[in-house]
Amino acid sequence: MVTADVVLDALGDASRRLILEHLAEQESPVGVLAARMPISRPAVSQHLRVLKDARLVSEHVAGTRRIYRVDPAGLRALRDYLDGFWGIVLHRFADLAEETHAASAGRDEPGPHPTEGNPS
Amino acid sequence: MTETTEMTVRRSVRVPCEPAKAFALFTERMADFWPRDHSIGDSPQAAVVVEPHVGGRWYERGEDGVECRWGRVVEWAPPHRLVLTWQITAEWRYDPDFETLVELHFTPEPDGGCLVTLAHRHLERFGDRADAMYEVFDSAGGWAGTMTAFTRVAG
Repeated sequence: MVTADVVLDALGDASRRLILEHLAEQESPVGVLAARMPISRPAVSQHLRVLKDARLVSEHVAGTRRIYRVDPAGLRALRDYLDGFWGIVLHRFADLAEETHAASAGRDEPGPHPTEGNPS
Repeated sequence: MTETTEMTVRRSVRVPCEPAKAFALFTERMADFWPRDHSIGDSPQAAVVVEPHVGGRWYERGEDGVECRWGRVVEWAPPHRLVLTWQITAEWRYDPDFETLVELHFTPEPDGGCLVTLAHRHLERFGDRADAMYEVFDSAGGWAGTMTAFTRVAG
């Protein structure tokens, strides 16, 4: 399971973001990436390992080369963000509904407390 | 090779008012509960509008009067169901060629309140735009900046 923290850590480095940008344009072997970057090939390999651990890139073998590309599993991180985002929207909506309800009820009778949905 | 399974985020919340009231609040006062930092306009958000009919626009208006589209109404079935397209990419920009769905259900509860459930569907379509997806993590105003708030509030 990849957490948002791992993804953010992986993305918290300019070289890794640059690698991702290159891979988003075109899948590539490490040599091609290194040629386009101002860092050494071993450094690129190291960054690729971090990105792989975060499931942001995946690799496959073509002949004698390992080709890297953007991993769609990274989508899960996006899903996590949207999950949190809609959680906030609904939470804030419930607060508004509570206020409105309390105001229109004109009594001190408290309504049911809003509860969060199941964060799956 | 590619993930083709449908990806969905589901959330729900209980509110004390009946579906009709909840539906009206949700559609008419969206700016009052929308997180302020999630605006795609240049100036601060002044209003969020859901035009109350199928095909109606869903948009925000900034204090400068500029309108930014978010999507459109696919189903308008008060008091129980509302379906909107969410056409904002991972980098918070409207794209007419990009479409995901936000479905809302307002289900009455025995205590007189209702359960509001939200499903944001077809998130896998963000995958076609992997390059744009990463920009969001990289921008100060992007989701990364508000992640702490997300986890704290939304748990």
